[in-house]
Amino acid sequence: MELLVFVIASGMVLVGAVGVVAMRNPVHSALGLVLTLFGVAVHFVAMEAHFLAAVQVIVYAGAIVVLFLFVIMLLGVDTAEDLSIEPVPIQRPLAVIIGVGTVVLVGTAVIRTRDTIARGPELEASGDSNIRLLARNLFSDQVLAFELTSVLFIVAVAGTVLMTRKQKRVAPDRDRVGS
Amino acid sequence: MSLFLRDYLTVVWFGLAAVLLAGLLLGVSAAIRPSRPSYDKQIAYESGVDPVGMGWSQSQIRYYVFALLFVIFDVEAVFIFPWAANIERYGVFGLVVMLAFIVLLLDGLVYAWKRGLLRWV
Amino acid sequence: MNVVALLAADPLLDGELRWTPLLIVVLKVLVIFVLGLVGTMFMVWFERKVVAGMQNRIGPNKAGPFGILQTLADGTKLFFKEIMNPARSDPWVFRLAPFLAFVPAFLVWSVIPLGGDFTEGRDGTVTWFGQVTRVQLADPPVGILLVLAMSSIAVYGIMLAGWASGSKYPLLGSVRASAQMISYEAALGLSLAAVLLSAGTLSTAGIVAGQNSLSNWNLVATGFVPFFVFLVAVTAELNRPPFDLVEAEQELVGGFHTEYSGIPFALFYLAEFMNTITMSAIVVTLFLGGPQPITIGETTLSIGFIPGALEGTLWFVLKLLAFLYAFVWFRATLPRLRYDQLMDLGWKFMIPISLGWFLLLAAIRTGDANQWNPVVVVVSSLVLLGLGYLLFVAALRVSARNREREGAMF
Repeated sequence: MELLVFVIASGMVLVGAVGVVAMRNPVHSALGLVLTLFGVAVHFVAMEAHFLAAVQVIVYAGAIVVLFLFVIMLLGVDTAEDLSIEPVPIQRPLAVIIGVGTVVLVGTAVIRTRDTIARGPELEASGDSNIRLLARNLFSDQVLAFELTSVLFIVAVAGTVLMTRKQKRVAPDRDRVGS
Repeated sequence: MSLFLRDYLTVVWFGLAAVLLAGLLLGVSAAIRPSRPSYDKQIAYESGVDPVGMGWSQSQIRYYVFALLFVIFDVEAVFIFPWAANIERYGVFGLVVMLAFIVLLLDGLVYAWKRGLLRWV
Repeated sequence: MNVVALLAADPLLDGELRWTPLLIVVLKVLVIFVLGLVGTMFMVWFERKVVAGMQNRIGPNKAGPFGILQTLADGTKLFFKEIMNPARSDPWVFRLAPFLAFVPAFLVWSVIPLGGDFTEGRDGTVTWFGQVTRVQLADPPVGILLVLAMSSIAVYGIMLAGWASGSKYPLLGSVRASAQMISYEAALGLSLAAVLLSAGTLSTAGIVAGQNSLSNWNLVATGFVPFFVFLVAVTAELNRPPFDLVEAEQELVGGFHTEYSGIPFALFYLAEFMNTITMSAIVVTLFLGGPQPITIGETTLSIGFIPGALEGTLWFVLKLLAFLYAFVWFRATLPRLRYDQLMDLGWKFMIPISLGWFLLLAAIRTGDANQWNPVVVVVSSLVLLGLGYLLFVAALRVSARNREREGAMF
């Protein structure tokens, strides 16, 4: 049964991922991304990380992809980009190198450590053990990272303010106009 | 199969039942409804006059701003939940850490507010 | 903690999988599904009838007694309606969107405790066919987050429906609606945190079990404010009046479903009313003790002649009806907000107040546990607040001067 869940979830992840790359319409790509994120959430459930699974759906599928969709609507999907024009000339070979490199890296890491992968602390029978362990980590080892997260958020807000800011002189070079 | 997975499986069944019902309704309706498409019927509705321009128009940057702020506060809520459910365990230390976290974020909100980002003109 | 440990999962599914529990699960799926559907149809009729009463009209009165079959008649009519796909629509997404609205609406229903026996320490379990179980389809350990997750998925149904129509009004309606929904979802999540403070668990059954007397109801225990924030956020999340800018008829025709007809439209319509019921049920679960009977001090108001297992369901239905009525009442009474008012309410009022209230509750709890001197705490926090504000104003000054020099005008 676990195997079946694993296969279905992996199928969702793979189909979604291929969809993100292959679809021509950006909204369809975003939908593929949602499918992928859902598959990952199912994986989390199968590994008894429910809190993470719920957060995966709430934050990634519910917030970040919605943000993507807003961006897509902001740009207007009807202005289809011509794929033959390359803004960055070396991006295709670069993408291939990075892609292959990542696969090799992750592959070797998995093969070399397959026997020694550390198991997390055993879950208690209680269903709340998930958030309890998470809280314990947040407030002991990761407390600095946790506080830094809020700094990161502040930077994001400041960035948004900067982005919507207007220049007084009507700049002839349109790149400098933020809005 | 783990206990947890079983609990979720019933939810999946329930979801499947909903998909089936929706499919069934659509299927039955497809079998009995008339279908006489014509050009005029397929024009986008624009209060009875012929549609002007493209249907897909560009939306404003304001929506993006709110979506970005939403992401921030959503993540914040997610960070708050584990602590809120275990508040007794972390006592004063937890409160101070959380206070710093939340106040920094509220600061961000107030900053965006003061700079007019939240104004919907 | 032990109680919570017991509550985390449905005892029915404990141990080996056997036939009887499996049958009960199937039965539960079917019964709860049908209940949800019938409840939705009832809600459509209820809303029309009550609004009619409030406006001095009669309302539906032809189909069946008191017009109760009106929804069924309307639904039957929709089966025979031609479906038009606009020429410029995106065919796949246009067909997918009703499912994305309909299915999450149902899924929320599966984690709500619909009843149970709270007498003599049975804490909400009932015995059916010799099996101990809960009157709720599933009780995942993060039940309440599942609700949040589903309401964030519901945004897609509306957003994609409007986008895929390839038409202006639906697009405007859907972008508006999704911005509104995500804004209030933030407030929803933050006011939920206050409930978690007093409940200490994310499981819906656990949250209900903690509210065993009137003073333990989260409505009282969290000091009313989170409840009001939650209720307003839910109303906005449901796109119900006075927050129904999505389908502001004068501006946007029907909003995101302008181009939908026949059964796909019916699916959106059903999803909307389904969501009204489920969200009322969530409010009842979180703040009003769900199926728990009303207990003041030592005395429990119990309905004598009804067996314990059914009594919980009865209480639940009564509380649910009160909220459904309240939602209809809002619709009949309150005028629609303007969009800027809506956003202001969400971002400048609801989010700060729910965060602030959450911090206050957390501080009170921690202070109680550590025996702080309230006067010292209040004075020092006020001083800190003042200092922080001065610092903030100074920072704004500096940044304003810098911007002046650079010539930005925002």
